[in-house]
Amino acid sequence: MKYISQENAPILEALERMKIARLVPFDVPGHKRGRGNPELTKFLGEQCLSVDVNSMKMLDNLCHPVSVIKEAEELAAEAFGAAHAFFMVGGTTSAVQAMVMSACKQGDKIIMPRNVHRSAINALILCGAVPIYVNPQMDPTLGISLGMSVSDVERAIKENPDAKAVLVNNPTYYGICSDIKSIAKLAHEHGMLLLADEAHGSHLYFSDKLPVAAMHAGADMAAISMHKSGGSLTQSSILLIGDRVSQGYVHQIINLTQTTSASYLLMVSLDISRRNMALRGKALVDKIIAQVQYARDEINTIGDYYAYSSELINGDSIFDFDITKLAIYTRSIGLAGVEVYDLLRDEYDIQTEFGDIANLLAYVSVGDREKDIERLVSALAEIRRNYRQTGREMMKAEYISPQVVCGPQEAFYGEKESLPLYDTSGRVCSEFVMCYPPGIPILAPGERITEEILRYIRYARKKGCQMTGPEDMELKQLNVLTHI
Amino acid sequence: MLWFTEQHTPNVRFSIKVDRQLFSEQSEFQRIDVFESEEFGRVLTLDGYLMLTEKDEFIYHEMIAHVPMCVHPQAKNVLVIGGGDGGTVRELCKYKTIEKIDLVEIDERVVDISKLYLPKVACALEDPRVHCYYEDGLKFIRHVEDEYDLIIVDSTDPFGPGEGLFTKEFYGNCFKALHEDGIMVNQHESPFYQEDAYAMQRAHKRICHSFPISRVYQVHIPTYPSGHWLFGFASRKYHPVKEVNWQAWKDLRIRCRYYNCPLHAGSFALPNYVEELLRDVED
Repeated sequence: MKYISQENAPILEALERMKIARLVPFDVPGHKRGRGNPELTKFLGEQCLSVDVNSMKMLDNLCHPVSVIKEAEELAAEAFGAAHAFFMVGGTTSAVQAMVMSACKQGDKIIMPRNVHRSAINALILCGAVPIYVNPQMDPTLGISLGMSVSDVERAIKENPDAKAVLVNNPTYYGICSDIKSIAKLAHEHGMLLLADEAHGSHLYFSDKLPVAAMHAGADMAAISMHKSGGSLTQSSILLIGDRVSQGYVHQIINLTQTTSASYLLMVSLDISRRNMALRGKALVDKIIAQVQYARDEINTIGDYYAYSSELINGDSIFDFDITKLAIYTRSIGLAGVEVYDLLRDEYDIQTEFGDIANLLAYVSVGDREKDIERLVSALAEIRRNYRQTGREMMKAEYISPQVVCGPQEAFYGEKESLPLYDTSGRVCSEFVMCYPPGIPILAPGERITEEILRYIRYARKKGCQMTGPEDMELKQLNVLTHI
Repeated sequence: MLWFTEQHTPNVRFSIKVDRQLFSEQSEFQRIDVFESEEFGRVLTLDGYLMLTEKDEFIYHEMIAHVPMCVHPQAKNVLVIGGGDGGTVRELCKYKTIEKIDLVEIDERVVDISKLYLPKVACALEDPRVHCYYEDGLKFIRHVEDEYDLIIVDSTDPFGPGEGLFTKEFYGNCFKALHEDGIMVNQHESPFYQEDAYAMQRAHKRICHSFPISRVYQVHIPTYPSGHWLFGFASRKYHPVKEVNWQAWKDLRIRCRYYNCPLHAGSFALPNYVEELLRDVED
């Protein structure tokens, strides 16, 4: 067998060989290297269309990798310190779902924090597993969900010894990490798997200045968004697994829902990004850390704003903090995060990642330039000067403990009726309601609707948050179960 | 035969015959070149874009400096952002009443090279009133409040290192850095070719949001795209033409080759198509 190393990019190399071979394409896609769709080719570029090709012998097949995709996945596994890596083309959503569905079957329990991404609860609708929610601690000032405290996880495990897995966000969107090492140890001691949603953590694998990466902490599976901090194309992702799970079984689960025409643009972007991170990740992460620290210091000298960092660490619910995250508390200037987010975009031509009720998140990554950081900081200073409000009543975000009445699958497929949103108090919701982003559900299927939740929805809407999830896309109506 | 050519648009080129290249360097921020030419004397280019020539730089520098100084002759503290070649500073130094000139240039090499190769332009950079800061203009201005009588934004184009100097956050920060009767003058691109006209409109729109008085004046610069160039005049109090004490400026007896008071007044009279472009973005 030929020797390959992290310097290689097997899928990239195979695509280059394919281009040289000048094959005559009598296969799909029908645009035939772009020739059949000149408008698309003009927009995306000939280079791009010439490698938008289908699986073929020299390019392997994601549904059953035996050559270059297999090699690329092996290199990724090595780079991330996993037993095996699966390239995913349905976003990290598909990786989270494959992870949950590999660990749980119908009726199985899974322990997870309530601030999971919707994809995890979606997986429960599909496979019929039941969530055991652990209350993520809440920072009363910042109004953000934190990590799970180890003792809370331990209690959940003791109360549900039959649970199959524990899921951990590593880190959260805001950069908060739980003590994943201790939680992994606990889970394993009780025969449970440890799953990690690392949608915001692919860079953790490449620096010793950051919180521990899930696979290094003993996780059994981790879903990592290469397209976020890793630099690959949107929708590409990687699922990592350890020795405790069967590679073949996970592969079968992935193939239940994965396309049979996986995009080579996405796969080659994973291959190139893995190589980049493996070879240069440490230096790239160092640069991001320095840029974010600079931005944080500058923002904190503007006044009122609070760009938080590792000083939040408390040894439990904030066990560690990902210092590449730039989250800024904005309520102190009398504006909701989402209001600052809108001002930045509409008035200053700056698009940030998201704003919630109290915070703004600016995503800083390998692609950022110093002068852009200056613009962000200056625009925030200007927003404070021009738009600051005092004496405005700001809603205090609090963790609303969900009352789970039945499992997500049962609720989603159950007998339901549609009611005007504000008439639903006391009923059981059969669909999701969430602020997007960050895409963490306010209500999940099977949960009781309360006045408190309705008040929160009304407030978030007023501030300009986008509400997603329900069948009625305008959220005038909400589906509730008829029998409970 | 050696020619320097700049693409003024994808379809238009402008060329100057060059005797020889005097200097070339890739600095941390940009590529800097100096050429010697028969027609225009020495030519400074940044990233391949012509910044100034010895033959016509007086037009640009006189018009960016004397217009606001005539409107606001009491100006004592002046900030120049960009302008590392020193031309704007040279014109400002002609006013004995100015006490301090802060020059904020992102690229120290532009200043070094101008002193070496463009002594006629950079000659006043050693004036004791001049203080050079080598940093991002947007960053510098963020930390300043109620400090200056006049800010001159002598920037490159709205792409490359000068990008941040065409943003709303920059203009807003300039407003904040000025005294309540302060003036900001800026390099305002050109109305003629479409790309430049878009940049000019965007800048005007953003300045209008930050300043109560925002006007534009024109100038003729032979080596810039189309030759028809604009400056912005943004002010917290003074109108650029009304109630200006022209006699007071004449009494200063400052020698200029381009600027004079009637020209100052006339430069604010714009062609109809330019007026329309500006009106389109005014609220």
